Amino acid sequence: MAPKDPLQETFIEGSGNTYLSLQDSIGSLTLDQKRHNRFAWWFPFVVAFGMLQVMMLAITLLVFVGTGIWGINNPVGWGFAIINFVWWIGIGHAGTLISAILLLFRQQWRNSINRFAEAMTIFAVMCAGMFPLLHTGRPWVAYWLMPIGPNNLGMWPQFRSPLVWDVFAVTTYLTVSALFWFIGMIPDFATLRDKAKTFVPRFAFGMLSMGWRGASRHWHRYEQAYLILAGLSTPLVLSVHSIVSLDFAVSIMPGWHATIFPPYFVAGAVYAGFAMVLTLAIPVRKWYGLEHIITLKHIEWMAKIMLATGLFVFYGYICEAFYAFYSGNPFEKAMMLNRMTGPYWWSYAALIFCNGLAPQILWSKKIRQNLPILMVVCFIVSVGMWLERFVIVATTLHRDFLPSSWGMYFGTIWDWGLYLGTMGLFTFLMWLFLRFLPIINIFEVKELFYKMTGRHGAPKPAAAVAGTPEKVTADE
Amino acid sequence: MGMDNEQKRNDLAALQAKLAQSRGKDLWRGLEEVSETEEFNRWLDDEFPNRGTLPHVDRRDFLKFMGASMLLAGLSGCRFLPKSHIVPHVMGPEDRVTGIAVYYATTFVQDGFGTGVLVRTYEGRPLKIEGNALHPSSLGATNATMQAAMQTMYDPDRAKLVTYRGEPSTWELALGTFRKCIEQTKKGELGPIAVLTPLTTSPTFAAWMRKFVSQTGARWYQYDGVGRDAAREGVRMAFGDDTTPVYDFKKANVVVSLDADFFSEGPGHVRYTRDFADRRRVHGEDVQLNRVYAVESTPNLVGAFADNKKRCKASEVRQVAEALATAIGMGSGGSAPASVGDSFVQQAAQELLANRGSCVVVPGEHQPKEVHALAHAMNVFLGNAGLTVTYVEPVEADSKNGVLSLSRLVEAMGAGQVGTLLILGGNPAFDAPADLNFAAALGKVEHTFHMGVYANETSELCDWHLPEAYFLEAWGDARAHDGTASIIQPLIEPLYDGKSQLELVAALCNDPRGGLDLVRDFWMKERGLTKEAWEKSLHDGVIEGTASREVAATLQPLNLDPAPATSGLEVIFRPDPTIGDGFYANNGWLQELPKPLTKTTWDNCVYVSPKTAEELKLNVWRDADNPQHDLAEVTVGSASVRAPVIIQPGHPDGAITLHVGYGRTKAGLIGDGCGSNVYPLRTTATMHFAGNASLKVVGKAKVANTQYHHSMHGRDIVRYGSVSKYKENPTLEPPGTMHIGGHGKDEDKYNLFRQGKKDHAFDGHQWAMVVDLGLCVGCNACVAACNVENNIAVVGKDQVINGREMHWIRIDRYYGSKDGAPSLDSPDTHFMPLACMHCEMAPCEPVCPVAATVHSAEGLNMMVYNRCVGTRYCSNNCPYKVRRFNFLYFTKQYEKPSLKMLMNPDVTVRSRGVMEKCTFCVQRINKARIEEKKSGVPLKDGDVITACQQACPTQAIIFGDLTDEQSQVNKWRHEQRNYTLLPELGIRPRTTYLAKVTNPNEEVEA
Repeated sequence: MAPKDPLQETFIEGSGNTYLSLQDSIGSLTLDQKRHNRFAWWFPFVVAFGMLQVMMLAITLLVFVGTGIWGINNPVGWGFAIINFVWWIGIGHAGTLISAILLLFRQQWRNSINRFAEAMTIFAVMCAGMFPLLHTGRPWVAYWLMPIGPNNLGMWPQFRSPLVWDVFAVTTYLTVSALFWFIGMIPDFATLRDKAKTFVPRFAFGMLSMGWRGASRHWHRYEQAYLILAGLSTPLVLSVHSIVSLDFAVSIMPGWHATIFPPYFVAGAVYAGFAMVLTLAIPVRKWYGLEHIITLKHIEWMAKIMLATGLFVFYGYICEAFYAFYSGNPFEKAMMLNRMTGPYWWSYAALIFCNGLAPQILWSKKIRQNLPILMVVCFIVSVGMWLERFVIVATTLHRDFLPSSWGMYFGTIWDWGLYLGTMGLFTFLMWLFLRFLPIINIFEVKELFYKMTGRHGAPKPAAAVAGTPEKVTADE
Repeated sequence: MGMDNEQKRNDLAALQAKLAQSRGKDLWRGLEEVSETEEFNRWLDDEFPNRGTLPHVDRRDFLKFMGASMLLAGLSGCRFLPKSHIVPHVMGPEDRVTGIAVYYATTFVQDGFGTGVLVRTYEGRPLKIEGNALHPSSLGATNATMQAAMQTMYDPDRAKLVTYRGEPSTWELALGTFRKCIEQTKKGELGPIAVLTPLTTSPTFAAWMRKFVSQTGARWYQYDGVGRDAAREGVRMAFGDDTTPVYDFKKANVVVSLDADFFSEGPGHVRYTRDFADRRRVHGEDVQLNRVYAVESTPNLVGAFADNKKRCKASEVRQVAEALATAIGMGSGGSAPASVGDSFVQQAAQELLANRGSCVVVPGEHQPKEVHALAHAMNVFLGNAGLTVTYVEPVEADSKNGVLSLSRLVEAMGAGQVGTLLILGGNPAFDAPADLNFAAALGKVEHTFHMGVYANETSELCDWHLPEAYFLEAWGDARAHDGTASIIQPLIEPLYDGKSQLELVAALCNDPRGGLDLVRDFWMKERGLTKEAWEKSLHDGVIEGTASREVAATLQPLNLDPAPATSGLEVIFRPDPTIGDGFYANNGWLQELPKPLTKTTWDNCVYVSPKTAEELKLNVWRDADNPQHDLAEVTVGSASVRAPVIIQPGHPDGAITLHVGYGRTKAGLIGDGCGSNVYPLRTTATMHFAGNASLKVVGKAKVANTQYHHSMHGRDIVRYGSVSKYKENPTLEPPGTMHIGGHGKDEDKYNLFRQGKKDHAFDGHQWAMVVDLGLCVGCNACVAACNVENNIAVVGKDQVINGREMHWIRIDRYYGSKDGAPSLDSPDTHFMPLACMHCEMAPCEPVCPVAATVHSAEGLNMMVYNRCVGTRYCSNNCPYKVRRFNFLYFTKQYEKPSLKMLMNPDVTVRSRGVMEKCTFCVQRINKARIEEKKSGVPLKDGDVITACQQACPTQAIIFGDLTDEQSQVNKWRHEQRNYTLLPELGIRPRTTYLAKVTNPNEEVEA
């Protein structure tokens, strides 16, 4: 037996699992609507739907009245919209990282959480993508940022602007993530089509499964396509947030103009993404009885990734402060002092607490496995990541070079409304996903189970819990 | 029967007669009702009174008609919209080409005195006021009020109708009533007629007033909310006779200001600012600066500029004047108050004595007559009369002491001795001294008429309101600070039903001619102008040879009453720095113009020194960023007023300042409810300051400032230094200044983006601007001029609090002190006008995702409004924060029909969601370039003048072409004190600054 590699472990917990039981515990979430009880599904859904209406109201008012309903001003030209944009994009990062990078690294434990995380990615990017569009003064012409080209608009966008790179980065990311998600679901759609007992799901999943019959040629092509998409997605994980960070780094503002931004933004994104996956996965696995598929081990590992990326981020903060003083640039120095002691000191202090200090308790294994505390930490990290963007956007702009133009920035009720509204949209879509699509990759879980148990579904005494059996053949 | 009724109904003449007889609240519903016919009553009771006139239609005809109607209804669908026709002139008016501006000379009247202006018109629509270089009070410059006056012209809230007790009426009825009053007065049935006018310098108007007075036996009273009584009385006290002092700052090496603000108020201040600035230009080795000693109560612009400045209460300025007079050897004792100190007085006196005949002592407009008398006495004593100050025949026509005049009028009104009161202009019900109780006295007058550009608080209390034509709509004349007369030439027919005061008075003298005839006849017949001279006067905007003659200034022995003792907290009353006495309260551009020193908009505040604020337990160390200020209640006697507190560094201790003019209730949509009314605190005895005030904090109030941080935070922003420092190091740059990318010698060595490379192909003229910080006095004329030229929106108080004001140019004001540490008690004040710098490596350009801001080959950073989607990244990346964003539909206000006319057709009116900023007046550049192309004559230096440059009274702004070796802008950029703001960013702004050189007397003890 090869040396034990903990990251290669596969998990399905509990006894009495069969292929059918695994398939049912996931698939019946879609096919047996009675599994969605009032508390677990309707309550969050209705709350989210209400928040979604707040978003619609906030957007309507915004389009009819103007960005003046927000708190932005001169000097702080960007506010909640950009903060929220970066926050949501960051949250979207866990999905691709789990799906693509962990796939390429053959981290099989990803199989029980990747679908969920991918859905989250797509919904988060949808929320994020709305902000750059809406934050423009004239959203109805925001499409001019697209390279639709001289044929239609008479001119190209201005390619030197990072905002144009943003458009490419975000749309590419959304497209690839959506494709990746969809292709990954095709075998499961086929399973659901076959198991469906009524016409509507049979028809719907029949259409979605695109004629999947489970033929080995299908499987062959599927694997190839999936691998290619994973290869495409992998650089995206790094590029999207790097480019988002360039929105700031390309400028000449002290506090934005920093070379550390790309890596530190990517780390922050993964950090925020895992925090959000955990925030959602912990209750869902409990409410929907999926604790045997999304196991404590999964949760612990995600917590570990959070801890690691959190340290990257914290290192970024330290570097930023160090360079501000080490550079000798009086404006950088004033900016950093202002962050720490100026009118927004509370946001910087809270940021250091939320993102730097609070996650340090994850060094303890007990805490990583203590779900309520872990939930709280994840929540703190989400708040912290929002504060990070607030600190970057608001405290940089509100006091720049000439004291005469300094000012303050506060979000208005409509800033908060739109922010809460996108949370509503995210939750709304997530909960629809919970009810109508397979939230865990059924065939991959079955594959895992196969690797653990073999064809007959009898537990393998030696390797059930502890590590990959190096050779599992059909005849065993 | 029908015919009969018809006839009766149409008997219009009878009807009008009946109408003319009716008075008061007789409301009538229609002409018939007034005609009181039987038929009318029947007609009224019948539901379909006219059915008998309907033709009788049978079924067949009915169907025919229906068919035809349907057919026609179908046809009507072929039309799109009601058509209106634009017909070109068959015979075009002379000099008029559509889209080409034509300038006319006219005269702007402020506080009675005229300043010559040139008004730009498009297709007969006056649009922008510029100074008239030929006029002695202007020399081509303007002030902020003159610029913004255009909005008053097109204000939709202006008086539009003759009204009788609020109901629409007609000029005929009003005049008829007045004539009847005259007749009744002559018969003795009615008390005498009184006319109340503001101060006037108009020769024609004065002549007609005299005629009216002699014809009707009327009495002529004069009053202004913020008058010049003290100045006039002071002159009388000194010389025993009425004369007008005219200063010549060009000749003055030493200027002593006794609380005077000759940069922003008083006759001729625009001219004085120019003359003064001519003595402050530093060019290379040539450093011949005048020296200003200023004593100030409320911090003002002269104090802000002064080389040596001391502060004291307004009531103590007289002591300073007495001490100074003693020090120069003409007084009889007296010592300066402690806050000024002997050293200051002695040093000033020494320099005055050393510069006999080339120095000047200037008394403040709001100082009591004794200070004026002392100042004039000192000037004569120092031999300045005829040199730096010339005493000329009085410029004001039939001038009267306003407060005294109004007191007499109120007395007469109260005693029932006024039968008819005609108030021409002014707003005494709002701005009269509180103890006179003008409003109550007004109720005792039988017939009251008020004529004004606006229906204001006074017209509300009068029976009749008559709309006055604004100065751009009517003929008239006025005299400059030195007496030079000029014609007020209308640029447009009255927008509403207005007449000028002159026309009204002439009409009441039974001369129904229009203003043109009145003015022309006066000048040609009575003053003997030839036709050519008249036409030349109209064209030039100056009537030659009309300046007042100098009179011999013989000092009278000064018998000064002992200064009235003031005690307790002193309140200083001042006209508001932007809206004046309140007349301009409905002018959005002036409301939103930041007060020069506090940068407050839309409000009047209680100004308190830091120390006094501490004593009064006000929140001195309030968070600078928070718009919430203490709301104070100031009580003087029995009257009190509530206003937010502003801690004003440099304000004298033991005193507070309140600005009058705010708190209007009948100003209009913009002015109503802004600020608080301070007039009720002023009495006849305390027109300029009052003692024994009390102040308590009653809450919090928001103040809309455009600048919250007042120190430079040790940054190299405004460079300044004394003459001696300048001689040591003409760059005046602080040690450790970085030069990369600046305009130093090595600029190209360190410049990664050298000119002529890929990024920008620079070609043709290269526009650039230099701002001389040593000349900027902070008067705001440039800001106001830019507003008018570039159609800049007014955003309102809440939006200013939000930081969304739209000014393209702003004047930053920083406090500092000589040794660098900001001093709260008596700080140095620095002004820095800041507009888009047109950086050659503009950081706004590469970040715009849609290329909406791009560079022109001539070095302009351009905004393409149509292309802008409004990401605001450009503004974020602008280190000077000079870009302005239309967060809301701010220009919706300009959709009002009258305000639409205010818009400059050469400049796009920006809509919601786009970024905007200073364009270096690209429309003017283009216009000049088109001319250049057409004529083939290359542009000369000075062919393109930006709006801010044109308005600037000190010529601190220089604009021109860098490729022209001889241009002014090149000349000044080669000064060693020329510097780039934030040079280390390497963005190479095209606007550079000249460091400020001051000339303090180091001997004066702090």
